Amino acid sequence: MNGTPVGTPRPLVGITLDGKAVKVPEGSTILDACRREGVDTPTLCWAENLTPVNVCRVCVVEVEGSRVLVPSCSRPVEEGMVVGTDTERVRTSRRMVFELLASSVRMDRSDADVLDWMDHYGARPERMGARDEIATVAQPVKVQDDLYVRDYERCILCYKCVEACGDDAQHTYAIATAGRGFDAHISTEFDVTLPDSACVYCGNCIGVCPTGALVFKTEHDMREEGTWDESAQEVTTTVCGFCGVGCNLELHTQDDRIVKVTSPADHSVTHGHLCIKGRFGWQHAQS
Amino acid sequence: MPDLHFGGAEPTVAERAAVDAVVADVGPAIVEMTERLVYAGRTRAVERRHLLLPALHALQRAAGWISPGGLDHACRVLEVPPAEAYGVATFYHLFTHEPPEAADVVHVCDDIACRPLGAVDLMADLRAAGHHVRPSPCLGQCERGPAVLVQRTGGDDLTVTSAGVAEVSVAIDRGTSTASVVLPQAGSTDLCLLARIGVVDPTSLDDYLAHGGYRALEAALAMGGDRVIEEVAASGLSGRGGAAFPTGVKWQAVADQLGRPRHMVCNADESEPGTFKDRVVMEGDPFSLIEAMTVAGTAIGAEQGWLYIRGEYPVTTARLANAIAAARSAGFLGDDVAGSGARFDILLRIGAGAYICGEETALFNSIEGYRGEPRNKPPFPTTHGLFGEPTAINNVETLVNVLPIMLDGGAAYTALGTERSSGTRLFCVSGRVNAPGIYEHEFGITLGGVIEAAGGVTDGTEVRSVLLGGAAGSFVGPDRLDLPLTLEDTREAGLSLGSGVVMVFGHEDDMVDTVRRIAEFFRDESCGQCVPCRVGTVRQEEVLVRLRRGATLDDERELLDDLGAVMRDASICGLGQTAAGAVRSALDLGLLEGAR
Ligand SMILES: Cc1cc2nc3c(=O)[nH]c(=O)nc-3n(C[C@H](O)[C@H](O)[C@H](O)COP(=O)(O)O)c2cc1C
Ligand code: SF4
Ligand code: SF4
Ligand code: SF4
Ligand code: FES
Ligand code: FES
Repeated sequence: MNGTPVGTPRPLVGITLDGKAVKVPEGSTILDACRREGVDTPTLCWAENLTPVNVCRVCVVEVEGSRVLVPSCSRPVEEGMVVGTDTERVRTSRRMVFELLASSVRMDRSDADVLDWMDHYGARPERMGARDEIATVAQPVKVQDDLYVRDYERCILCYKCVEACGDDAQHTYAIATAGRGFDAHISTEFDVTLPDSACVYCGNCIGVCPTGALVFKTEHDMREEGTWDESAQEVTTTVCGFCGVGCNLELHTQDDRIVKVTSPADHSVTHGHLCIKGRFGWQHAQS
Repeated sequence: MPDLHFGGAEPTVAERAAVDAVVADVGPAIVEMTERLVYAGRTRAVERRHLLLPALHALQRAAGWISPGGLDHACRVLEVPPAEAYGVATFYHLFTHEPPEAADVVHVCDDIACRPLGAVDLMADLRAAGHHVRPSPCLGQCERGPAVLVQRTGGDDLTVTSAGVAEVSVAIDRGTSTASVVLPQAGSTDLCLLARIGVVDPTSLDDYLAHGGYRALEAALAMGGDRVIEEVAASGLSGRGGAAFPTGVKWQAVADQLGRPRHMVCNADESEPGTFKDRVVMEGDPFSLIEAMTVAGTAIGAEQGWLYIRGEYPVTTARLANAIAAARSAGFLGDDVAGSGARFDILLRIGAGAYICGEETALFNSIEGYRGEPRNKPPFPTTHGLFGEPTAINNVETLVNVLPIMLDGGAAYTALGTERSSGTRLFCVSGRVNAPGIYEHEFGITLGGVIEAAGGVTDGTEVRSVLLGGAAGSFVGPDRLDLPLTLEDTREAGLSLGSGVVMVFGHEDDMVDTVRRIAEFFRDESCGQCVPCRVGTVRQEEVLVRLRRGATLDDERELLDDLGAVMRDASICGLGQTAAGAVRSALDLGLLEGAR
């Protein structure tokens, strides 16, 4: 996690952000600085409750003196840094990252801000060629149990689920990146099914997936039936009663049925992560 | 480590024995977590995890594949989560995770130097003769293609060069590789780095000593680390692995990290298409590299050396293993190096078919038992290298330059070459020349001079273009033959000497296919971590395939430009950053006009 000790005041560092002199706490990343200053910066592989892996490269910015663009999500600010977030080079690279992804992955169920950014940067993935003439990650969806579904045709390989399953939350290490290059993919060992793997069904990977590749079975089924309707959903916050830890739960309901469960990423107990009881226990209560 | 979940598959007796032999002398599992690296993120288990790569090699060799039972056993012994180990195993070209189709797998180089020599037909012929064939990127034998690597189950792998079906069959029957090369410059008194090659017996420490071996180490130990680094800095020696970073500066930065364990790593991954210089040095004069690593290690205060060699060099690897063992028993490695009281030893680590593992931080991950994915820089290896500790990593050729510097001093070394590019350089000359091979020249020789020294262009051919610096370099036209090959002149011309590749193409060569093969190389070798390179290299290759099938260049130019921009600007490492370079230069030279 991106942890900075709380409470200790940090010295400030002066940088120039898009021509404006600003001061930010030492140890902040360029992305932190952008957010403080209200500079909208796209991110795909970054999340506040995960260690930055800086692999998607959509957050790149231009830093004076650097030959190549730098990932804002992981580069700490340095005194005197001159950062450009909206230069021609930055816009081209961001647009291309979206075009490359969207030409190979199905992104239509991505988080709303992802779709907005694609629009903002004018991504035209179709110019890479017709889908049946170029390489894509198209593949059948994996439905192996009643709890959640893995639809890797929608996977942008942001590594978030691997981190959530591993060092950053769950310490279960059920999934990892396998293969290399364009064949790289998220997998269990020898692609065994989830029930045969180390998976404990905490659903933390679902909680962090930005593209809808990992979803509750309920959500998957409703989307397939055409009944999924976020505008008709309500979110109620409650505290999980299965044990004494006190995790915050957000119950998403549609037509009085729980359709998925999340936890706020900024919650001090969960950091967005839960266990099988909080994540899926409602299934038994409900059925 | 939390409780790990293992599968139910059982290893075979052979698989169990293979893994257990790898870990035999390490004792019971002790798993420590290193501190989280600030930038790279992951918590790292040390102690045993670095045995994962050797264990995977042992399994592959014993069974011809990495089976579920074999992998599971390795995971239990090494305390590695099976999903992660599977991720590591599937990263490498030489590891397979399906039952083998044949005991011997014949990897045929179909890369850019071997294609014009009939590699594609050879693959068909070998298949017709009943062999199990897999196409391979450059095998580092470009001066004597077509090149073949026979990967054997239960036995040593074999290298076959100038290969035909008969040569491959004979090699398999006899279990012997093609003999090492004879140097084209053999006998020349101008040689510095290559002087002993073909002269000394590469398997004999005594013969090495009789030819001046270990005098440089003696001089270095007498001088002390600070003086050694001063001399290296004064020599102006710069890295020969591609980036030309000043070696003295690198060593000083590591030596300054007092109080932390430090490492000396030799990068012998040599997988840049067209490159074979390090192989020639290591095969012909292996002790010189061991001596040079010892000089480096003792100077920077490292007690552990690591020699990481690509997996496709079985002959070279055997020579190095022999040299390390001989040096150790003679006291040149170990707890008291040559009686100086200094401690330094070398572990040999073998890659498994991944060009990206030559990138320094990917190489560290590979040694540590993780996927060979480059790390974000900063931080740099001098402070956060192998196992997160200060590390000096150098190319083979860089290191062997240190021996003459120890013997004659840094100042004398600057007499060679030009003012800003001191010393000599090894050139890997291949393609349409009469005498392809490794050549040692002072910096400053012209490109045309290098070609002349290699016997000139083959009869009936004219130079159409030269690939300078490897697949990560650029094509240049015949108008560049008078370019002096120095760091400063190439930089000014927007070029790079890279790993010293000079590959000559004539008018008869199919350049669109050559450029397409380079694009295919980057596509195959991308680690897949970052989007610009993982998908960008695929889209770039698709454009070249379309051009070859008759698409119009004008329709593809904008896309090629944008792909080049995002790969160069936004990729994590040098692979993605240079993946469009050769394509770009071919476009500029008009080599892609009139694509068929
Ligand atoms: C994709 C890629 C592959 C590389 N392969 C090699 C290699 O095979 N051998 C090597 O010495 N350097 C290679 N390098 C360069 C290394 O990262 C590093 O710069 C070098 O080993 C440093 O040694 P030097 O300073 O002695 O040149 C590679 C770099 C990249 C980006
Ligand atoms: S549900 Fe939990 S244990 Fe299972 S793969 Fe996802 S993060 Fe890992
Ligand atoms: S499944 Fe989702 S979280 Fe996991 S890598 Fe793919 S896109 Fe990211
Ligand atoms: S540039 Fe390519 S090889 Fe380098 S980290 Fe990115 S995907 Fe991997
Ligand atoms: S958000 Fe920074 S690289 Fe992905
Ligand atoms: S060995 Fe075939 S191209 Fe190098």
